[in-house]
Parts: sequence; structure tokens; C-alpha cells
Amino acid sequence: MTPSSSIASPGAAPAHDEHHDHHPNYLVDGTTIKSWLLTVDHKRIGLMFLFWVLLFFLVGGIFALLIRVELLTPGPTIMDAMTYNRTFTLHGLVMIFLFMIPAIPAVFGNFMLPLMLGAKDVAFPRLNLLSLYIYLAGAMLALWGMLNGGLDTGWTFYAPYSTHTTTTVAPVLFGAFIIGFSSIVTGINFIVTTHTMRAPGITWFKMPLFVWAIYATSCIQVLATPVIGLLLVLVTVENLFGFGMFDPARGGDPVLFQHLFWFYSHPAVYIMVLPAFGVMSEVVAAFSRKNIFGYRAVAYSSLGIAFVGFFAWGHHMFVSGQSTFVGGLFGVLTMLVGVFTAIKVFNWVGTVYKGAVDFKTPFAYFCGFLFFTVFGGMTGIALGTVSLDVPWHDTYFVVAHFHFIMVGATIMAFLAALHYWFPKMFGRTYHEGWGLVSAALIILGFNATFIPQFLVGNNGMPRRYYEYPERFQALNVASTAGASLLAFGFVIIAMYLTYALLYGRASGKNPWRSKGYEWLTESPPPTHNFVGPQPTYPEEPHFYVDPKKAEVPDAV
Amino acid sequence: MQSSVSTADGTVAPVPRLAMHFASLEVQNHAARLGMWLFLATEILLFAGLFVCYGVYRFLFPEAWAASSRSLDLTMGTVNTIVLITSSLTAALAVHYAKEGKNKMVVVQIALTLLMAVGFLVIKYFEYSHKFHVGTLPGRFYFYEGIQLPGAPMYFTVYFCSTALHGLHVIIGMIVLTFAMVRAWRKADFGPNNYTMVELGSMYWHLVDLVWIFLFPMLYLV
Repeated sequence: MTPSSSIASPGAAPAHDEHHDHHPNYLVDGTTIKSWLLTVDHKRIGLMFLFWVLLFFLVGGIFALLIRVELLTPGPTIMDAMTYNRTFTLHGLVMIFLFMIPAIPAVFGNFMLPLMLGAKDVAFPRLNLLSLYIYLAGAMLALWGMLNGGLDTGWTFYAPYSTHTTTTVAPVLFGAFIIGFSSIVTGINFIVTTHTMRAPGITWFKMPLFVWAIYATSCIQVLATPVIGLLLVLVTVENLFGFGMFDPARGGDPVLFQHLFWFYSHPAVYIMVLPAFGVMSEVVAAFSRKNIFGYRAVAYSSLGIAFVGFFAWGHHMFVSGQSTFVGGLFGVLTMLVGVFTAIKVFNWVGTVYKGAVDFKTPFAYFCGFLFFTVFGGMTGIALGTVSLDVPWHDTYFVVAHFHFIMVGATIMAFLAALHYWFPKMFGRTYHEGWGLVSAALIILGFNATFIPQFLVGNNGMPRRYYEYPERFQALNVASTAGASLLAFGFVIIAMYLTYALLYGRASGKNPWRSKGYEWLTESPPPTHNFVGPQPTYPEEPHFYVDPKKAEVPDAV
Repeated sequence: MQSSVSTADGTVAPVPRLAMHFASLEVQNHAARLGMWLFLATEILLFAGLFVCYGVYRFLFPEAWAASSRSLDLTMGTVNTIVLITSSLTAALAVHYAKEGKNKMVVVQIALTLLMAVGFLVIKYFEYSHKFHVGTLPGRFYFYEGIQLPGAPMYFTVYFCSTALHGLHVIIGMIVLTFAMVRAWRKADFGPNNYTMVELGSMYWHLVDLVWIFLFPMLYLV
């Protein structure tokens, strides 16, 4: 337990536990490999998820860059057409199932949820560890399949192509099915934790907004994932044995596949962005030094998005031959999501208004996030309109739209969370200047990557095409240039955060002077989260003093 | 928190284990039950996907559906339904005795449940082997001469997918209940304060039963 024995644990911060020698922080409490691999501590599990999620982000990112390089010239550039198909499938699959979906819930949800609820752990700690290993098992199976033959269906596995292609469908789909189990287990764990483990004083409407967001996300995970699980099994079985479930030659209905697929995969978008919204509610309150504007509206709108998210899947099938009435209905239901999202956006802006803004790295990401959410959301409203969706369908306009809202917003929130909670997790601080520089690079790079894609899509370039006419080249080059800028930004982050992990200054308990519940304990927290009895929380979660009336923090 | 409770069959039930992170045993049991309910909801949704497939293809191929449904062995299906519902009763009785601390009766009731589960699978085996024999099989394996309607192979795709998935759940349920039985037998572990494991296993078994109660009319009767 001595600080000198902490070599095996990454980023141990011995500087901070001199007052609590008998309560070592979770990073140095047990330093053997086994104490990490078999831990049931939600904080260690969160960190292990962070490691894997970042690794898969790197893999998916490298494949994204390969795609962009390939599209640099109209004809073949660095790979053949089949490799290209496998590359974009791998990119989509890894990014969605291995990065976007688990990123915020499994890392920051795991780490922060019990802290924010004043609980010593999640409700089912061993199940929590199991979910990590299920995730890894599924990931390994899927990646093994990708490397041994590869998959060329795209991440949507549309039947009947996916049931007939000779590439390795079965292991990849079965891997995705296993990963779904991990998602379900995590969701159940968080819901039960929120219901049963709130500390005295934390009523439902005193829960931090991040908890509300994770709760709503977990509901989606629990309700939607089984359906795609079944679907993946059916496609696997059909691919292996030819049962004909979705094969038109045997009377099967491929559109039924699409219904079942999007019944999960559209809500899955909200599995990715709802936690992002939760992170931003925390960040915006902390760095505006103001209580969140319209707490209840923000909390309820998370549930609202989770609810209407289930009724919007049909907008993926506007051109599948469904009736105009059904198309219109799904269009309207899709726009309802925009209403709930707008509630959140206006409340965040209302929170910043007349706040004492402390423009730190997480707040920089909040600014980028606001732009991506509004821009991505507005293009989503446009795509939800049947008459507009028909010409844009399966063009790069759609690619740019979903990258803006899913990737842009989520990455902003992921990075904001990483920077905001870095001192909490590791007890160290990073270099603020580098943080701001890389935030600027990433926001710029992201825009430079995807705004040209809106334009090229609007001009008619279809998604997933290997070659394209000469006239689309300028915009594609711009997009690739943006992608390299984006990648450069991530390299900088990796460098200064690794440096901070090893040599960063001790941060102290609450470097942001945030009012979030998670900052009430030590940074990094002791093994069972608190020293002494279970804490009680009399105040509201984002209880900042009105900056006009009382002390303005001197950092401003 | 709780002291040892003397159980009805004379043994002393161990003090229930309260995990470090829960405030009280009551909360811990509540959490366990809530988690199980949520898990069962996901199981129902898993089958719901198959029910949707059933509904869609029934709508597309009404004649084939009616003819294929009549080709199933209604007697075997009915006997299986009765067997499974009865096993649900014994599973519920196991919980009842676990609450009273009668561990021996828990063993007996779970053993009966397992026996009926095996019975169910044996009957299912005979149904399956008959189908393998005459050729009412899914998709491209279909070679039955009796029903030559388009969509008949699809019916058996749905039939085999749903009954096989259900059968898998029967086996999982048997494994879960076996664990509870071994604990009741070897450790006499259950008592008024400590019966969550039997209760959750039994809940899972009721789900297996419930899914069959939907599958039976859907596949055999309609």
C-alpha cells in the first residue's frame, strides 16, 4: 500500500493520500495484476473500460483515416474495392459497438454514478466486472472474424446481402451479439443502482443530471438491445444454414430485417448521445458557476428522448416502399426528438447566460458540442422530412449528419468528461494550454472533415462508394485534410494526458471548485468511495451561488 | 444485523450475507429482485422479436400458416404445456418452503421441477425427431410433400427458431435451479431472511413457462 509499490497501477497519485494513510485511494489499494483483473471496484472497472475503449477508438480511427486516404482520388488510391468495403465495415462496427456505445456509460457512468449517488459501489459489482469481460470476449470474436476474411456488409448487415455474402458474417455478428449482453448487463446494473442505492438526502430530483442521463440511457439499453440480439442470431443462423428468415427467394422479407434492425439501432443513437448530454449538463453548470437552468426540464427531456427514440426507427426506411402516411408519421415522431433536444440546448444556453464563465478545456468542448448538436440536430430535422430525405438518402449528406450528432457531440462530451473528471480519477492535473489548443484543433478538424461531406452529399455523392466522378474531388480532399487535422489533435491529447498521468501536479480534492456530488470525496477516491459512514446530501446537485449576489470565483 | 434463525427442520439457518455496499438486507433483496425483473423484461423482448416475425409472415402466408399449424402434434404440445405449468407450481412451492426454512422440501420441489423439465425436453425431442423424419424443416431443408404452399418452410423456420430458443432457456433454467437445489441440500442455506436465490431461480422458471404459454397457442392452436 505504500506509494512506492504503486508502479503496477497506472497513474497512481501518492501525493494525495498523506492525510488518509489508512484509507488508500483506489489506484494504490492493491497493486498486483490480479487485483486489477479481478477487482469488483466500479472505479477500477471504469478505468479498464477506458483503456479498452480508447484502444478500439484508435483502431476505428486508423481505419477512418484509411478510408479518407482512399477517397483522396476518384479512382483506386491505396486499396482495392473489396478491401475498401471491409475497411468501412470495420470502421463502423468498431466505432459504434466498441467505442461509441460503451464510451461514456461504461467508463464515466461506471466511475461516477456510485460517487454521485453516495453509494459505495454499483448494485451488482461482480456482474459489473463480468460485463467488462463479456465486452472483451465479444470484441475479440468480432475482430477475429474481421481479420480472418473480413465483412463487407457495412455495419448495418442488411439482408439479404448479409445472409448470402461469402465473407465471415457469423463470428462478427455473434461477437456483436455478445457485446450486446454486456450492454444489457451494464444497463440493468445502473438502473438498479439508481433505484436502490441513493444516499440519504438524494431524492430523484436531487440526482445530478448526469445520473438522469445515464438512467435514461440504461432504459434504452435494456429495452432495445434484446431485439437486435435476436436479429443478429437470426441472420447468423440464416447465413450458416439458409433458414430463409430474411431471404426473398424463400419468401422472407428483407424490410422486416430493417424494421427489427432500426428498432434497436435508432435508439442506439440515443445510447450514444444521451450520456453526452448528461456530461454537458454537469460541465456547463460547473464552468458557468451557475445552477443548471430548468433542472427538471433537462431531467425529463432525457426520459423524453429515450421514449420517443423508440418510435422514430421508420425514418431509416422512407425509400423502402412504406406508405406515404407511415413515412409522414415517422417523420413527425422523429422531429419530436428535436423538441426534447431543443429543451436541453436552450437550458444549457440559459445556464451560461449571465454565468461567471470559467473558460477551461471542458468548457471549450462544451462550445464545440453545442455547435455540433445544433447543426447535427437541425440536419436531422431536415432528414426527417420525407421529401428532403428522398434525394439525400444514402448520400454523404447522411454520413455527415450522423457523424455530426453521434460522433461530434459524443466525442466532444467524451473529451469534456475526460478532462473534467481527470483530476477526480487520477488526482493529477494536465496542462491547460495544451488542452485548449487541442480542443481548438479537434473542433476545427471535425468541421473541416464533415462540412465538405454535407456539400458533396448534397451534390449527389452516394455513401460507401469506392470510386466517384472527378467533380467531387476537391471536397473529398478537403475532408481528408480535415481528418488529418482531427487525428493530429488526438495525438496531442494522448501526449499531454499521458504526461499528466505520469508527472502531473497533484490536483487536490476539487480543482474546479465544482458543486457536483462526486467532488465531495477525495480525488482520487478511496476504495469504498468515502471515508467513514455513508454521506448525506442536503443540497441540490448543482448548487452554485448566484454570481451576481455572492463571491465570484477569483479564477475568472 | 439479523441473528441466526432456527428453521423448521431443526437446522440453524446461516446469517444472511449482507454485501458491504448495501445499506440493509431489505435493500439488497430489493435490488436483486429489481435486477431480475429487468433481466426478465429483456428476455421477453428477445422473444418479442420472434413474435413480430411470426406476425408478419402469418399475415403474408395465411394458408401455409394454417396448414402447417395443423400438422403439429397437438397432443404432445398439450401434454408439454401441462407438464411445464405444473413445474411452475413446484418451482413456486420451492420458494414457499425456502421462506419457511424447510430446506429438504426445497430440494424435493426443485427436483420435481427438474424432472418435469426433463420430461418436457424428452417430449420435445420426439416432436423434433418426427419433423426431421418427415421433412417439415426450416428454409432450404424443407422436403415435406404434404404441404406444398409457399411460406410453409417459413412457418417451420419460425417454429424451430422459437422452440429452440425456448428449449435453450429451459436448459439454462434447469442449470440455475440445480445450483439452488445443491445449496439447499449441501448447506441447508435458505430461511426466512435468505431465500433470494430460490426466488430468482423460480422467477426465471416462470418466465420459461410464460413464454411457452405464448408459443403454444401461437404455434399449435391458431
